[in-house]
Amino acid sequence: MLKDEDRIFKNLYNDFGNDLMSSQKRGDWSNTKEILEKGRDWIINEIKASELRGRGGAGFPTGLKWSFAPKEKGSRPHYLVINADESEPGTCKDRDILRFEPHKLIEGCLIASYAVNSNKCYIYIRGEYFNEGQLLQNAIDEAYKKNLIGKNASGTNWDLDIYIHYGAGAYICGEETALLESLEGKKGQPRLKPPFPALIGLYGCPTIVNNVETIAVVPTILRKGAKWFSSLGKPKNTGTKIFCISGNVNNPCNVEEEMSIPLKDLIETHAGGVIGGWENLKAVIPGGSSMPLLPKKICDTIKMDFDSLVAEKSGMGTAGIVVINNDQDIIKCMARIARFYKHESCGQCTPCREGSGWMWRMLERMAKGEASKDEVDMLMDVTKQIEGHTICAFGEGSAWPVQGLLRHFKKEIEKRNNFNPLVNRNKDIPYLVDQHLLDKKNA
Amino acid sequence: MSLKKISKEQPEQFKFNEKNCEIAKKILSNYPEGKQQSAVMPLLYLVQEQNENWIPLAAMKYIAKFLNMPYIKVYEVATFYSMYNLSPVGKNFIQVCTTTPCMIRGAHKIVEACKEKISKNENELSEDKKCSWVEVECLGACVNAPMMQINKDYYEDLDKEKTLKILDQILKGESPKPGSYRGRLNSEPENNRKTLLDIKNA
Repeated sequence: MLKDEDRIFKNLYNDFGNDLMSSQKRGDWSNTKEILEKGRDWIINEIKASELRGRGGAGFPTGLKWSFAPKEKGSRPHYLVINADESEPGTCKDRDILRFEPHKLIEGCLIASYAVNSNKCYIYIRGEYFNEGQLLQNAIDEAYKKNLIGKNASGTNWDLDIYIHYGAGAYICGEETALLESLEGKKGQPRLKPPFPALIGLYGCPTIVNNVETIAVVPTILRKGAKWFSSLGKPKNTGTKIFCISGNVNNPCNVEEEMSIPLKDLIETHAGGVIGGWENLKAVIPGGSSMPLLPKKICDTIKMDFDSLVAEKSGMGTAGIVVINNDQDIIKCMARIARFYKHESCGQCTPCREGSGWMWRMLERMAKGEASKDEVDMLMDVTKQIEGHTICAFGEGSAWPVQGLLRHFKKEIEKRNNFNPLVNRNKDIPYLVDQHLLDKKNA
Repeated sequence: MSLKKISKEQPEQFKFNEKNCEIAKKILSNYPEGKQQSAVMPLLYLVQEQNENWIPLAAMKYIAKFLNMPYIKVYEVATFYSMYNLSPVGKNFIQVCTTTPCMIRGAHKIVEACKEKISKNENELSEDKKCSWVEVECLGACVNAPMMQINKDYYEDLDKEKTLKILDQILKGESPKPGSYRGRLNSEPENNRKTLLDIKNA
């Protein structure tokens, strides 16, 4: 288990209060000026050396991302945008940072803004987190009052303004280019990449988009040193991470742990074990609903980091762990996730818009045992048609969980859906129609 | 992409009241000059606050003029995002999360409770016309599942009985305390905490 002094978020459960005074007691804002005086290159190199990877899902190296921003400020302003549109099912880490550690985030904003040459920072919070946003706004007001941000922020000669922008319940706005579209006052449909936001982003200006957790850990890394951060976890998967453990466990919770901790340890130590014991485990979704699930056999030994999970054809994602035990119907669980994606598809690309609904309808029937034998392979085919054929990664996000289900629980689906299609049995059907579409209201 | 019904009964006019006019101007100053379109989302929220939790078409036209942008673009935004209500909802608007993490911890029981207390179908006003409920996708409080949101507050760690009690209070016009209903501190592991125990605030 990680030692308490190595934890970055010491107020994760709000034992101490989130105001400036108690945040300063925890070490926030203590030597921000000195850090900034060491210069842009030092900050970026230190973050590169710490091997910090983005905590929003894709795991892109943060230092590298920052170095993409143009070195000199041209005629266009630069922007820093914080992605707090946390909507991935199974994930609720950013909420606790916004509520209880807002000053870590604000200080991170100042450092990151300085590193990427930006004087304006927008924090895009999902609309449902209104109260959390208000708490953050209070913290921002406090920081303005003490001149920690604003003109000549913290006495560093650097100006920074932070604004909060609320989303309005669209999952897709967690995708960085959709988020920028939304921030510009349009509907949140992702843009084609390239050009990447680092060169052409918000209002056509260079923009760096980072997740809340990524930015909030930056001040602590710079204070304690890149060496300390990279000594935790394993190479290329360094540091600590907030894991959200939900589902069929005895004590669902958020907990900050070292990267590369074995999944079993994590669940047994912190979450009080699986309901009904470890033997009752069916599957685990390791990184938010977009990541393929892992059956018990793999869960026994898997370690929670980017590379180990990719090796098992899953992914770290946002580290939202959803535990599913044998009392649940796994097909129904995944059908509900498919419904989520059907609801949240932005409708821009045809494979995703149509395919997500198609997958949902098939899975619903498979859960009830109404699908025919050959449809199981057809479902796999549909997921392959979506994956890689869309503008943004939402296509993969919706297809992967279904692929995971088919990869590990195909036998179970086949057992439940084991009859020949109607056309094979009844040759008199006048012409071939999608039978299931006729009798269902959700077609 | 969510399909949304636009109310058939529409008021003819909409205008921000004085207080909201001030707020709207302040919101505009958050965005660079010439990029006032960015303010469309916060302004739609403002409309919703002023107009009993829903946005009439007249308000969209008003915002379009206010921000000097085409009406259709405001309409596009208002219909795209699921949190803008385009037809009247209850003053107490209840959203129940039913996505997988909540589902496997029994979100259907919360739905049952809503059906019993408020209305048979979602998006239907209760008898006293003050409440309505709706099933929504993940609200981002998965470790506190199952949960629901009433207006702006989260009610967490629920079961059917507790939900019925909360709804009773809401129907009586009281405002029950938000947060966890099993008495645990935010998202800590209940009765099983092993971290951050000895650290004093220093």
